Amino acid sequence: MTRATVTAPGWPVLLFAGCGILFLLVLPPVLELSGHQYLLSLATRALIYALAASSLNLILGYGGMVSLGHAAFMGIGAYVVGILSHQAAGSGLLSPAAVQGAGPVSALMAWPAAVALAMLFALVTGVVSLRTRGMHFIMITLAFAQMVYFFFISLESYGGSDGMVLASRDRLPGIDLGDDRVFYYLCLGLLLLFLAFVHRLVNARFGRVLVGCRENEKRLQVLGFATFGYRLLAYCLAGGAAGLAGALLAEQGGYVSPAMLHWTRSGELMVMVLLGGTGTLAGPVLGAFVLLFLEEYLALYTEHWMVILGPVLVLAVLFARGGLYPMLAGHGRER
Amino acid sequence: MHRSAAVMVCLLLLPLAMAGAAEPVKIGMITTLSTRAGYLGEEIRDGFRLAVELGGGRLGGVPVKLLVADDGRSPGKGRRIAERFIRRDHVRILTGLVFSNVALAVVPLAVRRNVLVVSPNAGPSLLAGEGCSSNFFNVSWQTDTLSEALGRYATERGYDRVFLIAPNYVAGKDNIAGFKRYFRGTIAGEVYTALGQADYAAEIAALRRAKPDAVYFFLPGGMGINFLKQYAQAGLQGVIPLMGPAATDGRLLGAVGEAAVGVINSAQWNSDFDNPANRRFVTAFRQKYGRTPTLFSSQGYDAALLIGSALRAVAGDVTRTDALRAALEKADFQSVRGRFRFGRNHFPVQDYYIRQVVKTGDGSLVNRLRVRVFTDHGDAYADRCPMP
Amino acid sequence: MFILEQLLNGLQLGVMLFLMSAGLTLVFGIMRVINLAHGSFYMLGAYVAATVTMHSGSFLLGMLAALPAAGLAGILVELIVLRRLYQRDHLDQVLATFGLIFFFNELTRMIWGRQPLFMEVPSWLAGSVELLPGIRYPVYRLAILLVGVVVALFLYLLFSRTRLGMRIRAGATNRETVAALGVNIRLLYTLVFGLGTMLAGLAGMMAGPILAVEAGMGDSILILTFVVIVIGGIGSVRGALVGAILVGLVDTLARAFLPGLLRLVLTTAAADRAGAAIASMSVYIFMALFLALRPAGLFPVSES
Repeated sequence: MTRATVTAPGWPVLLFAGCGILFLLVLPPVLELSGHQYLLSLATRALIYALAASSLNLILGYGGMVSLGHAAFMGIGAYVVGILSHQAAGSGLLSPAAVQGAGPVSALMAWPAAVALAMLFALVTGVVSLRTRGMHFIMITLAFAQMVYFFFISLESYGGSDGMVLASRDRLPGIDLGDDRVFYYLCLGLLLLFLAFVHRLVNARFGRVLVGCRENEKRLQVLGFATFGYRLLAYCLAGGAAGLAGALLAEQGGYVSPAMLHWTRSGELMVMVLLGGTGTLAGPVLGAFVLLFLEEYLALYTEHWMVILGPVLVLAVLFARGGLYPMLAGHGRER
Repeated sequence: MHRSAAVMVCLLLLPLAMAGAAEPVKIGMITTLSTRAGYLGEEIRDGFRLAVELGGGRLGGVPVKLLVADDGRSPGKGRRIAERFIRRDHVRILTGLVFSNVALAVVPLAVRRNVLVVSPNAGPSLLAGEGCSSNFFNVSWQTDTLSEALGRYATERGYDRVFLIAPNYVAGKDNIAGFKRYFRGTIAGEVYTALGQADYAAEIAALRRAKPDAVYFFLPGGMGINFLKQYAQAGLQGVIPLMGPAATDGRLLGAVGEAAVGVINSAQWNSDFDNPANRRFVTAFRQKYGRTPTLFSSQGYDAALLIGSALRAVAGDVTRTDALRAALEKADFQSVRGRFRFGRNHFPVQDYYIRQVVKTGDGSLVNRLRVRVFTDHGDAYADRCPMP
Repeated sequence: MFILEQLLNGLQLGVMLFLMSAGLTLVFGIMRVINLAHGSFYMLGAYVAATVTMHSGSFLLGMLAALPAAGLAGILVELIVLRRLYQRDHLDQVLATFGLIFFFNELTRMIWGRQPLFMEVPSWLAGSVELLPGIRYPVYRLAILLVGVVVALFLYLLFSRTRLGMRIRAGATNRETVAALGVNIRLLYTLVFGLGTMLAGLAGMMAGPILAVEAGMGDSILILTFVVIVIGGIGSVRGALVGAILVGLVDTLARAFLPGLLRLVLTTAAADRAGAAIASMSVYIFMALFLALRPAGLFPVSES
């Protein structure tokens, strides 16, 4: 049952990572040259979901905390951006003039606020939910997410169930967020930064304790580790990163709605992690790209695309054990 | 390694193979086909397709190609489809919108790029008032108006105490506001339910206790089915009159059955309207799909005819956006509902009727036209629209 | 009087939830498998019952068709997919059964179309009776209560009085021993899964006449079902019964009385809206509080 490989990366992993990063770097010009610019926004969304899925992977893959409420953090991050923009500029519907260019809100304020609030929510709910295990943990995280979901639905001043349109993207000194290509590279940069952070983290003592908690928490407690604190910190970090992903998603789509917090969204994030490879750095990224592009293309061919996607997921579980990444990178799951 | 790279490249190259030269005018339909409300989008799409088919693949004499995509009732997904239609397929006309939340996400994105949107159903108050746009047209009704018609009707019937029930979300509150705008009696009670709620036993017990003269309910889709069934089982059917906006279209009647008999509802159209355009529509629809068209399919059909009238005016040159928009504003087409024109916020000014569900001699359930409550009625938000 | 009627409503919702959660908690308690697709069998039961009832005109025939249909579908799914997942992580099970939800919802749409199906209360259960002076209650809802009692009794007898039931219980606590005693554990699992999905089908069938029979109808009740079994203690049928009734009562009473209570401190409009908002969260708030106090639920079954 050792899924996470907390070791120095071997050369196949490095090669895979190199290829992946190179691919993501050249993607925008390639899309442009081939006349598929519209796919850029899909790729950007995949990057953002990859960030969210990676944050889920931190607690789920390394820490063994199976959360079915991760979309709540994304939703909170998104709503922070949405509400700040709404306060400053009014509804995006009412200011059709503000097409692109600088928005009134600084991303330097909005994004950290989104991260902070998501972390705070993680802290408060984590104290309660981390007391439980297994199925109970799944359900209690879901319960908290449902509460947030219904909270935003009843938040009438900010669109209620309809959500709200953002007037424009926020401004960031020296960077034009309104430019889709710039925004793509920014998301890519943030994703890589977070992955590097996770890599450092899981290979440090923190990560070993976290993985240890998953395997045998009692033993660590006997050894004198305050395991609850470790797990809570991981939970908050994951929540914060998901909050950032939510903020980015709001900026990218120019739209915020309670649908972002629906429990099936949490389920999809989980699917991304599992599909790509739990407890691996690249897995969630791969999972996010595969799931989003699969959805997109299946929907082009048939309106009954879910009847295909469903069995694909089942087959992925049955035959791609441990996820796509270990399979593609040429080493199956070690047992 | 190579495999993984190959998979990624394939994923991205797929669309290359799918690109093709396009002769006919492309119309992008973003509609709700999945989720429980999927039948609404299906009705609209079928109505629209029928119009194209009756024109021999043309609308207004111009060959068209209808691109249909399912928004899954999700604003984000609707936005992404709009993006794809506009940027990849270079669509200049969008239609299909069923739900307000999807419309509120899609419309700003489209109108800013000077793409015209003709909504066959969604008509949120924001798009009718402060957020109106010269590029947005609605061929159905502003969300509140059907409830306004019921409010007027309840007043005319002399109902003194009415009990109100609606889900706790934007359209629910808009509808309640619309009803109150024209209702002069007292409110015997006002209940907001959870969106998608299945069981209404608690609410029905509360309304029974309030002993109102009538009950107004706005519970679209499955919620309405559940409510009507449970209302009848509670022994209230025919005891306390029940009224709801567009509550009982033909397909809903199929699911509710006799529990729907007697329900009073409001609409701008009914299948038995006796005008040439409607007779042609209803006959052709029944022939093609084997069922009676609903309010929603009539709106899809009308949206197609409206777009056709504009395409004819510009002879199929959709790059002439200004001319196209001007032609849409004229609404020079034979609506199946009879008289139809746009107000200055590009929402309909039309007549509204009260219908009631009755059981016919052969046992089938139909909506019978009762009375016209509004003539040339616009919506309450037009004044706030800054458009000239 | 009003309170009594609402209590009855809560109880009846609880019974529906019990029918759902009994099967789910059994499957989890014995095979240690999380089945998100449990709601799909609920949907299947409703669809088959509605179709057969519509064509034959007989509610009983619909019932006779729906139960085996849901049971057999469950057995098929167990043989094809779930059997391979018993030794896996909960995570793999979640992913696979999440995929099954997609599949079944869309399949229903393809077979039966997007329009909700019609199913009505049979004439012999229609109408309402006066329970106490001033309280009229629909007969059909009383019938649901009765079915719940019968099923609870059936499960009780099954587990305490029959050989099969004892084997199942033994299988839950110690599967190796049971296997060593020569019991065909694979067959036993398949049967338990079929029983669980049949109960879900029964719930769906009973729900048919009061709820909309439509694709995706199982998803919303699924979440509530999970809430129930978590509160009751995963794997405990007794816990499912108590948990279901608690959840049914909390949900119904919050909806009925919260706005009224809030009106004491807020303006009417604000109270109505806040009340509705909090009522929709009530079940989840209840569960979070409950788990904070008793992390393992009401009747924890010892994990092997």
